[in-house]
Amino acid sequence: MLYREAGQFKSSYTADMAVFPILQDRIGLGIVLFIAVVIIPYFGSSFLIQAIMIPFLIFSLASIGLNLLTGYTGLLSLGTGAFMGVGAYACYKLTTYFPGVNIIVWILASGFFSAAVGVVFGLPSLRIKGFYLAVATLAAQFFLSWCFIRQPWFYNYNTSGAIEVPTRALFGIPVTGATSSFTTRYFVVLGIVIVMTWLASNLVHGRIGRMWMAVRDMDLAAELIGIRLLQTKLLAFAISSFYSGVAGALLVFMWYGSAEPSVFDVNLSFFILFMVIIGGLGSLTGSFFGAALIFILPIVLRYIPPKLGIPIQSATVDHIQYMVIGALIVIFLIAEPAGLARLWQIGKQKLRVWPFPY
Amino acid sequence: MRAPDGPDVMAGEVLLSVANVSLSFGGVKAISGVSFDIRKGEIRAIIGPNGAGKTSMLNVINGFYQPQEGVITFKGKARAKMRPHDAADGGIARTFQNVALFRGMTALDNIMAGRTLKMHKNLFWQLLRHGPAMVEEVEHRHRVEEIIDFLKIQEIRRTPVARLPYGLQKRVELGRALAMEPDLLLLDEPMAGMNIEEKEDMSRFILDVNEHYGTTIALIEHDMGVVMDLSDRVVVLDHGIKIADGTPAEVMKNQAVIDAYLGVAH
Ligand SMILES: Nc1ncnc2c1ncn2[C@@H]1O[C@H](COP(=O)(O)OP(=O)(O)OP(=O)(O)O)[C@@H](O)[C@H]1O
Ligand SMILES: [Mg+2]
Repeated sequence: MLYREAGQFKSSYTADMAVFPILQDRIGLGIVLFIAVVIIPYFGSSFLIQAIMIPFLIFSLASIGLNLLTGYTGLLSLGTGAFMGVGAYACYKLTTYFPGVNIIVWILASGFFSAAVGVVFGLPSLRIKGFYLAVATLAAQFFLSWCFIRQPWFYNYNTSGAIEVPTRALFGIPVTGATSSFTTRYFVVLGIVIVMTWLASNLVHGRIGRMWMAVRDMDLAAELIGIRLLQTKLLAFAISSFYSGVAGALLVFMWYGSAEPSVFDVNLSFFILFMVIIGGLGSLTGSFFGAALIFILPIVLRYIPPKLGIPIQSATVDHIQYMVIGALIVIFLIAEPAGLARLWQIGKQKLRVWPFPY
Repeated sequence: MRAPDGPDVMAGEVLLSVANVSLSFGGVKAISGVSFDIRKGEIRAIIGPNGAGKTSMLNVINGFYQPQEGVITFKGKARAKMRPHDAADGGIARTFQNVALFRGMTALDNIMAGRTLKMHKNLFWQLLRHGPAMVEEVEHRHRVEEIIDFLKIQEIRRTPVARLPYGLQKRVELGRALAMEPDLLLLDEPMAGMNIEEKEDMSRFILDVNEHYGTTIALIEHDMGVVMDLSDRVVVLDHGIKIADGTPAEVMKNQAVIDAYLGVAH
C-alpha cells in the first residue's frame, strides 16, 4: 500500500483537474526535479552531464514535439529531422546577424521559424492522412535537407558546409561555444525543457488538447461538435514544429557545437519517431521514457561489456544496437502500442492496490 | 403520442424545414424530393425500413452531405452549402447509428469536448492553464458534471470510452451532444442494440431533455413502441421517398406504411 490515494478527497474541480491529482505523483515529480536540478549538476560526472543528460533532455523535447502531432493529433510526420534543422539554421542565422542579442532568445525565436515552415508543410493534412500525409512530410524532409546542403547562405558560405556555433555569453558567462562550461549548458537545456514540458502538459489537458485528440480519434465527430479541422491540425503542426525547432537549435548550440547538414536527415526523423512509439503515443511522460530508452540504451550497450571484461567490438555493438531497438519497436507495436507510458501506468496501478491482487 | 404538449406543438413555430431535397450517390438515389418540417419543441421521429434514407437525411441536415436539389431552412434562414462545424455553430448536435465517440479519451473528456464551441480562452491562457483558462475550465466542468449526473454515468467518468459496454457508450455520446446545448438534437437509432431496461432509461433521458431543456429532437428509431411513446409526429421514408407524415397513430394506420414494412413489392 505504498501508492495510495485513499482519503485524498478532491475538494474542488480545480484540484480534481490538476495534472497530478495524486499526492504520491507530486512527490515523485518533486524528487525527479530535485535530482535533475541539484543532484546531477553537483555530483554528476562530466560524462553523465555532457554525453547523457544534455542530449537526453534535448531528444525528450523533440519527442514531446512529435508526440503533440502524432500521438495527440494523430498526424504521422516523417519531417521532424528537417523541422529541427530549420530551428538550428534559423538560430545560426539569427545570431550571425544579431550577435548582441541573448542567445536563449534566439534559440526560442528559432522555434517560430520552424513553426511557420511546419504550418506550410502541414497544409496538405486537410486532404490527406495516414500513410499519404507521412509521404508528404517526407517530401518536406528531403526538400529542407536539400536546402541545408545546397544553399550556402544557410551555413554562411563556410567551406566545410557545416555550421559552427560561435561563443555567446549571458551576463558575462559563456553559454555556447568551446569556452562554455557543460554545467551552464545543462542548466540552460534543463530550464527550457522543464518550462516547455509544463506548457505542453497544460495544453494537452485543456480545450486544445481535447480538440487534438478528438481530431485524432474521429475527425467526423470532431467536426460535428464544431471543431474546424484545418485550423486544429495546423495548430498542431505549428506547436509541434516549434518544439522540434527549439530542440534542433539546442542540439547544435548546446550539444554538438557544430553540425553538418546530414545531422538533420531522415534518420533523425525516424530516431525521434521511434522514441515516441516506444515511449507511448499520446503521453508526455512517455516521451521521456522513449528518449531514455532509445538514446541511453546504446550507450549502456557500448560501455557495460568492456567494464565487465567482455571484449566486444564497436561494430558489433552497433549491430546489436540496431537489432535490439528494431526488436523493441516490433514488440511494442504488437504487444503494447501505448508504449512504456502504459507499462508505467499499469505498474502504478499494481502498487496502488498492493498487497491485494485486485 | 404525448398528449399534454401535443396541441401547442402542432401549432408551433417551424425550427427546421426540408423542402424537396434529393440526394444521390452516383447512380443510387438515397433521397428523392423529400419535404417535411420540424417544429420548435417537438420530438419528431423519422422511420422507415433499412436503406430508406433516414441516416442520409440527418447527414443532409447537419451538413455532412450536400443535397443535389432542395432547400433547407433552419431558424428561418435558408442555407446554401454548409459544413458540419457550421451546423454545430448554429445549434445542431447529433449522435450516430454506430457510436462515434473519441475512443482514446475518457467519458468525461468526451463530454467536455462537446463544450469546445462554448470555450473561448485563447492559446496564451491555455498554455498557462491558470487564471481565466482555469476559471473557464471549472465553469464548464460544472455543466458537464450536471450532464453526467443526469445520465447517471458518474462511475465511468474516468474510463476510456473504448472500454465501456455499448449501452454506456451510447449514453456518453448523448452526453457529448447535450454538452453542446443544442437547439436541435438529431439522434440516429439511440436505442439500437439495447435491452429493454436500457431502452427505457434512454427513452426517459430523451423525454427529460425535451421537457426540461426544451430541446427539439429528431429521432430515427426502428422500435415502433418507442416511436409511439416518444414522438409527437412521425415522417416515414421508404426507398428515399416520403410515404407518410403525421401523428404516430395516423401513420400506423396508413396503408402505404403497412405495405412498406410488410415488404409489399413496388
Ligand atoms: N456514403 C454513401 N455512399 C453510397 N451510398 C450510400 C452512402 N450512404 C448511404 N448510401 C445509400 O443510400 C441509401 C440510404 O441509406 P441510409 O443509410 O440513409 O439508410 P437508413 O434509412 O439509415 O437505413 P438503416 O435503417 O439501415 O440505417 C442506401 O441505399 C445506402 O446504400
Ligand atoms: Mg441509418
